[in-house]
Amino acid sequence: MKKTRVDRKFLELSKQGKKGFIGYLSAGDPNLEDTVDQVLRLEDAGVDVMELALPFSDPLADGRVNQEAATRALEAGATFDGCMNCISKIRERSELPIIYYAYMNTLLARGFDQSIEAAAQAGIDGFLLLDLPLEEAKPYRKALTQNALNAIQLVTPTTPDERIQKIVRQANGFIYCVSREGVTGVQAEIATGAGALVARIKEKSNLPVALGFGIGTPEQARDAAQLADAVVVGSAIVNAFHNNPHTSEGRANAAAFVKRMVDAVKEI
Amino acid sequence: MKPTQPDSHGHFGDYGGMFVPETLMEPLNELTRVYKEVRKDPEFKKELQYYLREYVGRPTPLYYAERMTKKLGTAKIYLKREDLCHTGAHKINNSMGQILLAKRMGKKRIIAETGAGQHGVATATVCAMFGLECVVYMGAVDMERQALNVFRMESLGATVVPVTVGQQTLKEAVNEAMRDWVTNIRSTHYILGSALGAHPYPMMVRDFQSVIGIEARKQILKAEGRLPTALIACVGGGSNSIGLFHPFIKDDGVRMIGVEAGGFGVEGGMHAARFAEDKIGILQGTKTYVLQDNDGQIALTHSISAGLDYAAVGPEHSLLRDLGRAEYSYVTDVEAVDGFDKLSQWEGILPALESSHAIAWMLKNADTFTKDDLIIINVSGRGDKDVMQLAEWKSKN
Repeated sequence: MKKTRVDRKFLELSKQGKKGFIGYLSAGDPNLEDTVDQVLRLEDAGVDVMELALPFSDPLADGRVNQEAATRALEAGATFDGCMNCISKIRERSELPIIYYAYMNTLLARGFDQSIEAAAQAGIDGFLLLDLPLEEAKPYRKALTQNALNAIQLVTPTTPDERIQKIVRQANGFIYCVSREGVTGVQAEIATGAGALVARIKEKSNLPVALGFGIGTPEQARDAAQLADAVVVGSAIVNAFHNNPHTSEGRANAAAFVKRMVDAVKEI
Repeated sequence: MKPTQPDSHGHFGDYGGMFVPETLMEPLNELTRVYKEVRKDPEFKKELQYYLREYVGRPTPLYYAERMTKKLGTAKIYLKREDLCHTGAHKINNSMGQILLAKRMGKKRIIAETGAGQHGVATATVCAMFGLECVVYMGAVDMERQALNVFRMESLGATVVPVTVGQQTLKEAVNEAMRDWVTNIRSTHYILGSALGAHPYPMMVRDFQSVIGIEARKQILKAEGRLPTALIACVGGGSNSIGLFHPFIKDDGVRMIGVEAGGFGVEGGMHAARFAEDKIGILQGTKTYVLQDNDGQIALTHSISAGLDYAAVGPEHSLLRDLGRAEYSYVTDVEAVDGFDKLSQWEGILPALESSHAIAWMLKNADTFTKDDLIIINVSGRGDKDVMQLAEWKSKN
């Protein structure tokens, strides 16, 4: 498969000997225009890859912060077409690698293949499909490969070794390692055992491993980055943009908060 | 027709499956393994039968509704009295089965979701009986309309957690229960209350509820010496209906009629009649008919009955519908209340608002049957929990 922006970014990071920083936002919170600006500011802050959530009414893998962000986005009128348009707008100004974090129903509604194609045309690099485990993936894999999109796979603390083996075989881009059981959201400390889990993945795959779920401070970001190739920061970024005024100054403040976490990761 | 069975990953034809986050896959696989073992284990069967008999009060009667039959003047009507189960509804058939399973898996903590509160009460009951911790998630709106059941659950020692996001009904309660389960996966078993969600739940819940149909089939053969013409049951998630239907699937001449919640009428969109709109999707782990908008956002639903107020339907029903083996229809809130009143006055049985939908369908369609027809209606629960809400509804309507 042709290399995506995500693949190329991780090659570049590996050559530089740097750790990666993956940021997450809910597309359309508080509106899709602001999302474009938020993403561009995060790129300036040094974020390497963006995960944009396609808002869904029933995001069962998400904690309160991301659920509420999705609700706000839907209330502000973030449709599927609007979210695709948002990617196109970002692409006019940026080559930042972007993946969609999505629940299946939002893609099935207009036909899975058509949704994937629309996203590819808008300039997306891959998908992380939250509720599509290995066992169900087969009918949906082709659309992703045909459009040269990464299919990011999750590995969690409850995933046994033989299952990790099967998952990494289907994976590309990077492996998203969930550092703890539970839903998304900031935690007081990084779960113990995250390092061991990353090691179990590394035994079976050469793909970069990103560690996520629960990271919200520069210290946590640094600690997590030491255990893996990249860190994923989600709800802390969602909160930062939500709690600051929805003005260019507010967004600059939020981006500055994220930059401190990025810098901590890049120091390693 | 052969009874419908899922494949090894829970697919009923194109429906069902395991569309869940990765964290849940191993626990679901473990649950499937353990369930498959106990399913064949005579000791487990014996234990379950013991508690169903001695504690739940099974078998429940199949009662000849003589006055209802005479009033309607067509088919001969029997009522399967699940309302006479301990705790007042069929829900305990499943809770009992699953708690025995949880004990085998060594789980110390039980969680459940509840809509009308009957599943929450049933689960709180079996937890009290076996001394396990019990947490029940319930939409704040449902807590208000089913306050009596909240009190019952708390009296039984359960913690009832109000869910205040979204529509604050059953769907949100399921989301929260799943989030809890993802977080506490090692200590906790999730007793899902309907034939919904990811595999193995639709199959497992159906199996535990099939006791309804197994008994009813024997009872009708004993009473009448022949199989019924039709089975009628309400369909929310669809556990009481699949429990009644499944043992009859092989009996090709037996019509199976599922009655959904028509709410204010399907035209205005304020309903929970999934089969009235032809949309398939994935919600809470399973692929099935789902009420949703064109962007795949789950629709708001409405029913006077909290137990039927849900945007998706159990996947096996979707298959039975596509195969034409079962028929699905709906009645409105107003019709359901009429069903409640008629059964109360004709037979001295106050049905749950959920079950009142099945009664109402019969009232509406009595003319389509003849005196030779034989009907079984599932009275899935009793209506005591609904009287406050009905009193209020009647003062406004």
